[in-house]
Amino acid sequence: MTKTGKKPGGVEFRSVSRRYGKVTAVDSISFQVEPGTLVTLLGPSGCGKTTTLRMIAGLEAASEGTILIGGRDVTLLPATDRDVTMVFQSYALFPHMNVLDNVAFGLEVSGVSRAQREQQAREGLAMVGLDGYEMRLPSELSGGQQQRVAVARALVLEPEVLLFDEPLSNLDAKLRRKMRDDIRELQLKLGLTSVYVTHDQEEALAVSDKIIVMNKAVIAQEGTPVDLYRRPVSRFVADFMGISNLLDGRLEARRDGRARVVFGEAVLDLADPPLKDDEITVAVRPQAIRVRTEGGPASLPVRVRKATYLGSHLEYVLDSSVGELFAVDPDPHEAVAGGATAFAHFREEGVALVPRTGATAA
Amino acid sequence: MFRSHAIWLVIGWIGWAILPWYAFPTTYPPLLGALPASGLTAGFGGAPWLLPFGLCLALPVPFVVARSRHVGAALVVAGGGGLAWMVLEGFALGLRGWSHPFLADLFGPIGTGQVGMGWGGAATALALLFFLTLGLAARGAMKGDRFTTGAIGFLVATILLFVFWPVTTVFSQAMLPDDGLSGPAALVARLTARDIWSLGCFNGPTRCGVVWNSMLLGIACGLITTVLGLAFALVATRTAFPFKKMMRLLTVLPIITPPFVIGLAVILLFGRNGTVTLFLTQNFGLTGTRWIYGLPGILLTQALAFTPIAFLMLIGVVQGIAPSMEEAAQTLRAGRWQTFRRVTWPLMRPGLANAFLVGFIESLADFGNPLVMGGGYEVLSTKIFYAVVGAQNDPGRAAALGIVLLALCVAVFMIQRRWVGSGSYTTVGGKGFSGTPAELPKPLKWLVYGTAVPWAAFTFLLYGLILYGGFVENWGRNNAFTLRHYVTAFGLDWGVDGLLWTGRVWNSLFTTLEVAGVAAPITAAMGLITAYLLVRQRFAGQATFEFMTMLSFAIPGTVVGVSYILAFNQPPIEFTGTAAILVVCFVFRNMPVAIRAGVASMSQLDKNLDECALTLGATSTQTIRRVIMPLLRPAIVASLVYAFVRAITSVSAVIFLVSARHDMATSYIVGRVELGEFGLAIAYSSALIVLMGLVILVIQWLVGERRIARPSTGVANARPREVAA
Repeated sequence: MTKTGKKPGGVEFRSVSRRYGKVTAVDSISFQVEPGTLVTLLGPSGCGKTTTLRMIAGLEAASEGTILIGGRDVTLLPATDRDVTMVFQSYALFPHMNVLDNVAFGLEVSGVSRAQREQQAREGLAMVGLDGYEMRLPSELSGGQQQRVAVARALVLEPEVLLFDEPLSNLDAKLRRKMRDDIRELQLKLGLTSVYVTHDQEEALAVSDKIIVMNKAVIAQEGTPVDLYRRPVSRFVADFMGISNLLDGRLEARRDGRARVVFGEAVLDLADPPLKDDEITVAVRPQAIRVRTEGGPASLPVRVRKATYLGSHLEYVLDSSVGELFAVDPDPHEAVAGGATAFAHFREEGVALVPRTGATAA
Repeated sequence: MFRSHAIWLVIGWIGWAILPWYAFPTTYPPLLGALPASGLTAGFGGAPWLLPFGLCLALPVPFVVARSRHVGAALVVAGGGGLAWMVLEGFALGLRGWSHPFLADLFGPIGTGQVGMGWGGAATALALLFFLTLGLAARGAMKGDRFTTGAIGFLVATILLFVFWPVTTVFSQAMLPDDGLSGPAALVARLTARDIWSLGCFNGPTRCGVVWNSMLLGIACGLITTVLGLAFALVATRTAFPFKKMMRLLTVLPIITPPFVIGLAVILLFGRNGTVTLFLTQNFGLTGTRWIYGLPGILLTQALAFTPIAFLMLIGVVQGIAPSMEEAAQTLRAGRWQTFRRVTWPLMRPGLANAFLVGFIESLADFGNPLVMGGGYEVLSTKIFYAVVGAQNDPGRAAALGIVLLALCVAVFMIQRRWVGSGSYTTVGGKGFSGTPAELPKPLKWLVYGTAVPWAAFTFLLYGLILYGGFVENWGRNNAFTLRHYVTAFGLDWGVDGLLWTGRVWNSLFTTLEVAGVAAPITAAMGLITAYLLVRQRFAGQATFEFMTMLSFAIPGTVVGVSYILAFNQPPIEFTGTAAILVVCFVFRNMPVAIRAGVASMSQLDKNLDECALTLGATSTQTIRRVIMPLLRPAIVASLVYAFVRAITSVSAVIFLVSARHDMATSYIVGRVELGEFGLAIAYSSALIVLMGLVILVIQWLVGERRIARPSTGVANARPREVAA
């Protein structure tokens, strides 16, 4: 691909809302995408993430607020006039054009000469590993190949911002993993500003510089993958980031930045979280639980309901006084059999404290 | 500054300052002593009401040039204000000054008046309209899409002008005071007349009201044409029937035939002295009756005339169903019959509903067949015709009948919408298109053959008769072969000045071709753009917009003809007697079929395809041209064919709008039939049929086929090629 030296632009939302009659799809959200980074919009279906993406593309009009791309106000600009391209969930390959024409389409409508656009399209196809497929029709390609054509088609325009709308949801797991790495590699290599929509937290963690978690039309939390993974600020984010054990707990003796966290029989000494209320939820990652036969002050007595041996690790379902726990123990040598009584030990870095109610932190 | 802003500013200024403002010569000072008065010269030379347009054209200039942020607001104010003023002055000032006495009382007398608008006025009006839409787009309407706002504005304006306004003029006739009744009372009396609503044929000796006649006919016609159309569509796409091409040709024939010609052929067969009747009476001792005149005859001719329209609509639908869905159903252990009933059939339902709707409304609005075949069976359209032109000459009654007819069509339209529901029927996705169409289950296949084949044979017979009829001296009485009729119609001679068009039909034929040739592409384009707006865009008042586009279809041609004469025979728009009024009439009468065909096909295209083109920097126009149009080819062919053919074969509205200079083929043929020159009429009709057939072939060849999968080996995959035939 010929680099024109065009600087990728950032994206900024300032209190943007989108309403359909009485329904609010996006409620006054503000965020920034730094130039050259990949930001993921993550959330369950219906949370407003796709609407947000379509507002960046100009396919939906904002009801309120300002949208800036590369520092320029584009709120009223139609999709055609925005320097943004998009990879659609359905790929949206034009079924009546061959692969080369599909990829060259954007160049063609912007008036690039035939020779030039065919060369650029060929380079784009080479970049996604599809050289030799130029003359095929989309109906003659596999799902993964169609996906690559869609990516190449969006890339060759060298847009200010490249958007991905759940691009991998129609692919099988192995291919998904490969495509997601390829996309990230291309994005880093070309220094593209990208916004990526997905509902798969693992995919989000793998590709993002920043993740914005959305829930019910608002932003629940934004931060780096590490931030979100280790320091969720609400039950919703903790749950969505794969922390499946949400237990009722209490904060005691909060002083000097430390606090005692009590849940059931277990007592942990942790950094005092910035929470007002003493009644909290303790979010424990399954990987942070170790099941051992011997107890201790920081441990919780449990009964092993089910133990599953998976070769590289063990999975437990445990009953305790604070409810059911799911644990993943990476050390299969110290297996505890199903039906036995044992103790759950907790590793500090896998425990997060979030408010018991409400969506965000105080 | 957008290029479109500058273009429309320039057009507006040319229209106002240079082009002749009026369509007819006026006393206003000419431009540079040579050109007829423009808006500018007339404005300063005795027609000051034209000056505000200059103001409206000047207002946006500084904003556009300075690339001001407020250019949108300026354009909206200038365009909206200018259009409002145009409507105001247009209707306030007539040929001899004020058009209403109270205006003269209010403002004092005025010396001069105005005639109808010409090119200058039209260009200015268009520019002002697009100022308004461009301004709205700049202010963020329709996501800032200039094409979409412009298209909506243009369609709404033209529909208001050429559908709504003439209809209101006619409907105001229904309110005219009559026999000492006040306006509203007269309206009620006309609307509740016994001969419209009577149920006498069920519970008494009298006849039924004309509404029940029309309803019965319309429902029967809608059902028959839909069933036949579906049978033909299934034969053409889902069976290995050996004579598909032939069948396709036969189904196209009836629509390229003027309606009364089929009626004529049916009478030649089944009338009291028809060939079949004579055969039966002579060989089996049966007594000839007039059974064909009335409901059976109308239904038969209408089914012959409208089945091809249903077929053209349904073939797009059947083709649009992704075979992979049927394959999916079969892998889910559905048998052929279950697949058809649970997958194929529900996917076809919206298309069937559309076909039924079109069949019903066609039947209600049809005029030629009930006129020829009706006998004593009165329907709304013929009753309206007789109310207008017959001895009654009662426009009030005609208007009241028109209201009833319109209400009927709208009611059916609503029922249809509810039945179709709001399900999504996208089957051509962005993922390509693969698999082979499922063959029909055996019993269904035979049923479909049993329906389509005899019908095709019957149609074939009728056309044989028509073609044969042009070559006989006098049907039924003297069956000697002759070329006399063709020579009279299409004679050519070499004179001193070269070729002489001595035949009697050349004048009307050339006018007809010209009008149809101009109207067809406009109709198809406007219809498909409307379909695009209805399917792909969401805007306030969309339901009203859709209703308005369907309205012209629901108004019977006779009423359209009368209404155009009433509305366009006086300023501000005066163009009766021109070829343009024929074009406009055809465009707005035939647009709904193009819209229906477009909507049916477009709702099967994944919306992501056009969104993707937009994000790739294509404008709405490029998206339509490069992505939507190639995928809509079946609908484009259907629309073009239909629009062209209807412009040639329609007779009801045309009869009112033709003039000595611009005579159309159908009205000429009707004139021959009235004078008893059947040979000439049939010869001319046969020539038209052949000509239109050729044109259809050319259109199909030019537009081509939607191609989204490479034809590979196997019988099933050869299908897409045959479709083009």
